[in-house]
Amino acid sequence: MALYSEKVMDHFRNPRNVGVIEDADGVGEVGNAVCGDIMKIYLKIEDGIVSDVKFETFGCGSAIASSSMATELIKGKPLSKVLQLTNKAVAEALDGLPAHKLHCSVLAEEAIRAAVKDYYDRQRIAYDPKDFPDCGSCEGCHG
Amino acid sequence: MIYADNAATTKMSGAAANAMTACMQDTWGNPSSLYSLGQRAKEALEDARERIAACIGASPKEITFTSGGSEADNQAIRSAAQLGARKGKRHIISTAFEHHAVLHTLKRLEGEGFEVELLPVGALGTVTAQQVSEAIREDTALVTIMYANNEIGSVLPVSEIGAVCRERGVIFHTDAVQAAGHLPIDVRAQNIDLLSLSAHKFHGPKGIGALYARQGVPLTNLIEGGAQERGKRAGTENVPAIAGMAAALEESCSHMAENAARVSALRDKLVSGLSRIPRSALNGDPVNRLPGNVNFCFEGIEGESLLLLLDDRGICASSGSACTSGSLDPSHVLLSIGRPHEVAHGSLRLSLCEENTEADIDAILKAVPEIVTYLRNMSPLWKDKVSGKRAFVL
Repeated sequence: MALYSEKVMDHFRNPRNVGVIEDADGVGEVGNAVCGDIMKIYLKIEDGIVSDVKFETFGCGSAIASSSMATELIKGKPLSKVLQLTNKAVAEALDGLPAHKLHCSVLAEEAIRAAVKDYYDRQRIAYDPKDFPDCGSCEGCHG
Repeated sequence: MIYADNAATTKMSGAAANAMTACMQDTWGNPSSLYSLGQRAKEALEDARERIAACIGASPKEITFTSGGSEADNQAIRSAAQLGARKGKRHIISTAFEHHAVLHTLKRLEGEGFEVELLPVGALGTVTAQQVSEAIREDTALVTIMYANNEIGSVLPVSEIGAVCRERGVIFHTDAVQAAGHLPIDVRAQNIDLLSLSAHKFHGPKGIGALYARQGVPLTNLIEGGAQERGKRAGTENVPAIAGMAAALEESCSHMAENAARVSALRDKLVSGLSRIPRSALNGDPVNRLPGNVNFCFEGIEGESLLLLLDDRGICASSGSACTSGSLDPSHVLLSIGRPHEVAHGSLRLSLCEENTEADIDAILKAVPEIVTYLRNMSPLWKDKVSGKRAFVL
């Protein structure tokens, strides 16, 4: 069996929503160069709905595919739904990821959360900090 | 398809495949059997041993067949360690960028009370005989240093190291898995006591290798059982694979000079072409280098993405990124020459052989810059470097 599902390869080869939103309402960046993956998510929010989303990723095939799939999953969704997105949902939508690549889907979830948090902070919208646990170090994934 | 991963494995040569097939069909007896079918297999086995010994300047009884390079490395190191321990010598010298077959065996020995000293390999990825000489102590049992590095292609001064070890009375093992069939080896002239070989790196079959042990250097068994291989490696010999190995090594050695000239010209063209990519760097010794090895780091991208996109264009290559190594850290070899993690993740190894063509090189030189640019354009790391938010490393 190939390392990656056809879905992963499709999103890797033809990533959806790559790029930058210059006037983004929220931006989230997670990961670091030492670990070999960084994801950056840009959100445009209108009436509490993700009207546009773009991503930039430094990382392996599954990191790029996870970013692409995650952006597809949240596009057009209300923020309440966006915050319910789990890494598991991203991995499942990609027809699964190899065990040692699951952290890529975790990064995608965290990048989106970080972007939403940035939006809330900019808009001074109150939120429950428990919804935005600090990713902290990379030990969570790489420990 | 463009195959540029010959350091991982090579395509079997026609001569090797024919030798194997003939052996499987005609000489399939057990070499330990008394009847003529068995004795014919024994003849094929000993014929292969002689021919392999001749290729490296050894005598046939100094060759023990193993399951491959890893087993040969394990057995060589364990044998020398055991020999040393009997004399109270428990210090072993090696380098930071050996193959894991060596490094992991040394780690085990550390747990058994040996002291392992890994020499630094510097920015070029090599060691000098002087470094070895300075590290040798009264209680040094073994010096184990590779002939050529499998990732970055540096060819080490094995003859000089051998001379130092012989003068100081220390056993010298070299992992010659990447060198055999590609560079001249003469175990006598080079003062090598133990040497590891792997057939599938020179167009032979997988699952077969050999350990050369100079007469007078006793081997310790890793596998106990029957009396095959003079009692030093139990198990019925894989005669077809051994015959294939002999055919492949002979063929490689008889065309060594012309292959090296051809392949290194392709290598140099590839190196100069890839050097034009901004923020890239060649890894390994630029002069003392395996004829077919090209290894680069490209800043701001990750190696696995690069490999997948190369594969889409039919180009087979490898990388030292964590994602391709199956571990969480990038290649220990790239770290050993001082490449920071973030750059080591963006490495690409292309390893050529005599079957590669100018057209292959042109196709690679078209594909790699395009893919690097594409990946950099979606890399937030690269953009931060371009905008000055982060510093460039290369």
